[in-house]
Amino acid sequence: MLVLALDTATPASVAAVAEVTDDGMRGLAERRTVDPRAHGELLAPQISATLDEAGVRLREVGAIVAGLGPGPFTGLRVGLVTAAAIGQALRLPTYGVCTLDALGRTAGPGRVLVATDARRREVYVATYQDGVRVGEPDVCRPAEVRVDADRAVGEGAIRYSEVFGLPIDERVQFPPGAALVALAADRIRAGAPGEPLTPLYLRHPDAVASASRKHVLQ
Amino acid sequence: MPDEPLVLGIETSCDETGVGVVRGHTLLADALASSVDQHARFGGVVPEVASRAHLEAMVPTMQRALDEAGVTLADVDAIAVTAGPGLAGALLVGVAAAKGYALAADKPVYGVNHLAAHVAVDTLEHGPLPEPAVALLVSGGHSSLLRVDDLTAGVTPLGATIDDAAGEAFDKVARLLGMGFPGGPAIDRAARDGDAGAIAFPRGLTAPKDLAAHRFDFSFSGLKTAVARWVEARERAGEPVPVSDVAAAFQDAVCDVLTAKAIDACRTHGVRTLVIGGGVAANSRLRVLAEQRAAKAGIRVRVPRPGLCTDNGAMVAALGSRLVAAGVAASPLDLPADSAMSLTTVAVAG
Ligand SMILES: [Zn+2]
Repeated sequence: MLVLALDTATPASVAAVAEVTDDGMRGLAERRTVDPRAHGELLAPQISATLDEAGVRLREVGAIVAGLGPGPFTGLRVGLVTAAAIGQALRLPTYGVCTLDALGRTAGPGRVLVATDARRREVYVATYQDGVRVGEPDVCRPAEVRVDADRAVGEGAIRYSEVFGLPIDERVQFPPGAALVALAADRIRAGAPGEPLTPLYLRHPDAVASASRKHVLQ
Repeated sequence: MPDEPLVLGIETSCDETGVGVVRGHTLLADALASSVDQHARFGGVVPEVASRAHLEAMVPTMQRALDEAGVTLADVDAIAVTAGPGLAGALLVGVAAAKGYALAADKPVYGVNHLAAHVAVDTLEHGPLPEPAVALLVSGGHSSLLRVDDLTAGVTPLGATIDDAAGEAFDKVARLLGMGFPGGPAIDRAARDGDAGAIAFPRGLTAPKDLAAHRFDFSFSGLKTAVARWVEARERAGEPVPVSDVAAAFQDAVCDVLTAKAIDACRTHGVRTLVIGGGVAANSRLRVLAEQRAAKAGIRVRVPRPGLCTDNGAMVAALGSRLVAAGVAASPLDLPADSAMSLTTVAVAG
């Protein structure tokens, strides 16, 4: 089955087309553009270009996989609403996967810290053992991360490398489309029902209930 | 007419997720999901709360609109979406969704101006707009006077608020008087039992020296402060605050300036049609005063029903329908959301 994968939870806009078979999968095309402020502009043309490169028409796709984050909210929503809209229009199942899991899976064997940039001097983090997540993803200041790993990946790990004090694998910065698809491959093969794409925000909106009114008379 | 364009419109510039379907000038569906209740305790729209709500509401609101209209995405000729102005993060949800639907259904997408859409929606009730027209758009987010010569080509801004939007002033005064959010309907209700002449509140930018530089501009910040001072002075003196009178006098001050300047704009530009839109257009005093003054000046007032004055998807679809009918080129797929989109842009060019 042909699968479209999208992720906008990091500064990269990722679009990929892969084929999932009974016993494996193969990537057909993948495009990635790194610009933290341009997901909204870049993603749709990139989907189009990736499909063209793969020689696939959107109506031939059978499932959509989207990175649910965690990631900076405004960009994250672009990928999710795009995936949801395409899924609704073509009546395709949509599957959400954790963006950090795609990085952790790509990082390979060993104990690995995955960190992406959460802005405001914070990182989204999770620890992986042989590509499988240990515990829940979190958001916190780099200094607050409980480091229990041999190396680190992700653009957050590069940015705060001095704080983590771990060797960095700089080849793994953004979630590869193939890893996103691989994380959902079992569900795709089983023909599992799709799910609403609910973002992993991990933070509450900044909003303060309005205080009592200000006085104007001195 | 079967050859009239069938257009889907998506609106997410503030706290309403709207999807509308229009064929020509005919409204087929207007589905809406509002996050207004989630903002009430903050006394104003919280952008991140609004953006989250748009993402959750997009798919179900789209489904309701398509079902209500009895059409599928494959049937539509184009998808229009508010590209600006508005809250950046909120706009982006609608724009990205529109592109997703456009890609999937292989349809052209039009990124349109929210204010021009407020004008276009009136055609759904009152038919083609006689041009040139003057439009007064008043809501919690905007207070603008525009000249419309050709809605599909561009709109000329004549004036706008230099501080608070009119609807914002209603919200702030309502809070001052212990009423809920949004404040417009609450003030309107309270004002019915009040005496508008009981208190003389200031009319911003109406003095001769202000008119020289700001003939068609508005200012509501001074009025809001004047109301606050008046109410506080009463409270300090231990006297009860006549809430209805304050509401009526405040509402009258706002509507007096809005209608006086709108009629002046029509006269100055030799225009005989005034369109009023935006949430504040639902205000009963504004409607009455506009009718009275326009009648005297020989001007026809067009105000859509309240449900079409506030933000919705139908207005975006209505403008999209005009653009398709006029043969305007669609927007490119890298169309950005533009929170400060200029009025001279009705649709983002391809
Ligand atoms: Zn509006």
